[in-house]
Amino acid sequence: MKRVVITGSGTINALGHDVPTTLEAMREGRCGIGALDIRDVDRLAVKIGGQVRDYDEQTHFNRQQISLYDRFTQFTLLAAKQALDESGLTFSGDLADRSGVVLGTSGGGLNTQDENYRAVYEEGKNRVHPFIVPKLMNNAAASHVSMQYNLRGPSFTVATACASSNHAMGQAFMMIRSGMADVMVTGGSESMLCFGGVKAWEGLRVMSKDACRPFSATRNGMVQGEGAGVFVFEDYDHAIKRGAVILAEVAGFAMSSDASDIVTPSKQGAARAIAGALKDANLNREDVGYINAHGTGTAANDKTECAAVADVFGAHADNLMISSTKSMHGHLIGGTGAVELLACIMALRDGVIAPTIGYEEADPECALDVVPNQARDANVRAVLSNAFAFGGLNAVIALKSA
Amino acid sequence: MSTASQVIEIIAQQALLEPSDVTEGSTLEDLGIDSLGLVESIFAIEEAFDITVPFNANDPTEGDFDISTVGSIIMAVDALVKDQA
Repeated sequence: MKRVVITGSGTINALGHDVPTTLEAMREGRCGIGALDIRDVDRLAVKIGGQVRDYDEQTHFNRQQISLYDRFTQFTLLAAKQALDESGLTFSGDLADRSGVVLGTSGGGLNTQDENYRAVYEEGKNRVHPFIVPKLMNNAAASHVSMQYNLRGPSFTVATACASSNHAMGQAFMMIRSGMADVMVTGGSESMLCFGGVKAWEGLRVMSKDACRPFSATRNGMVQGEGAGVFVFEDYDHAIKRGAVILAEVAGFAMSSDASDIVTPSKQGAARAIAGALKDANLNREDVGYINAHGTGTAANDKTECAAVADVFGAHADNLMISSTKSMHGHLIGGTGAVELLACIMALRDGVIAPTIGYEEADPECALDVVPNQARDANVRAVLSNAFAFGGLNAVIALKSA
Repeated sequence: MSTASQVIEIIAQQALLEPSDVTEGSTLEDLGIDSLGLVESIFAIEEAFDITVPFNANDPTEGDFDISTVGSIIMAVDALVKDQA
């Protein structure tokens, strides 16, 4: 089996428009969640989100591109450019044929759908722009990345709600590990902060109206974010041969399905995915110093996740750190695992553990070291990133220091 | 604005050219407009003139809407505007 390493990273999210700004915000425990600035926000009960600020699509893309790129595709392309620039890779010949793109998203071009349903239903228009279908489709982002960088190998999009990008990165990892590809561009993107997108979430009654406070006894729900995280995964030998800077090694991955309920998470399902990732990475429990939690800030997730971690790690659960950066960037749904992987890389490379901000009061059902409110310096060699989706689909990635 | 100048403006925008570079004798191919660009031009024409253009992207030569040159498109648009008024 081949070893797999990360040689490029990129992002745009509520904390920043690139990786350094995002990591700085995580180190400082800055909150990117604020008042939503979207059409008809006055008709929403939930008026906050982790929105990408100071963003003007026209500074990045021309009119023709904008007619084809939904906001989730725009975010993907901006993050992909950063990741590919960092990797230093260009693709031609055999390398192009052996490189691909696997990205996660849940809603795909939801803003495009929202705007055009408005046009035909609300405004009574009888025709829409000809590119609505190629703009809204869930694989649009992956396809545009493949076209822009000449990635001609296996490319597709994964949609498993909140675990989409972890599942996508898991696929990318397994394809390189098995020898099917040399380089995979992977991660995820989401842009659901439009009237219809938020309205649908409101219906579930799991959204907070004031803040995302994972693991705190005072938590009252999740807050949606938006943005993208994109990475370059590469065959270790290929990366070494060309003298690439290695950010981290992807050590293992596991998936599981609760097979029980469409929204309520199961401790056993989560625990099987966590334990599976450790086994796949050939790590002992004691090796893991940090877990980037799924940590949505809902009652159901946080206590189930803590119980699963306690089950898998036993006594070591009290020695490791577990934080939820969703408290800062919000829940990016299908892109969340990708942005959260940045916190994992920061832990390994910089020795800085991103905090869980908004933490106010201990909850006996979440009695782990959740790194409350302030980042912490720590030397960790192996980390996990959890994602547990609606539908009971779980995906956990293990990283090791390069 | 005349039909001709409006159509030329739409096509020029699609081709990323100045309207002065588009003549009635130009073909869409001359102007570098591909199949997606053609569909987008037709949409823009429908919006601008409030007409429905009978055009099937599966077979662009089918039907009465003649797209062989910019001039033929202008004539076809004029006819549709008259018919659908």
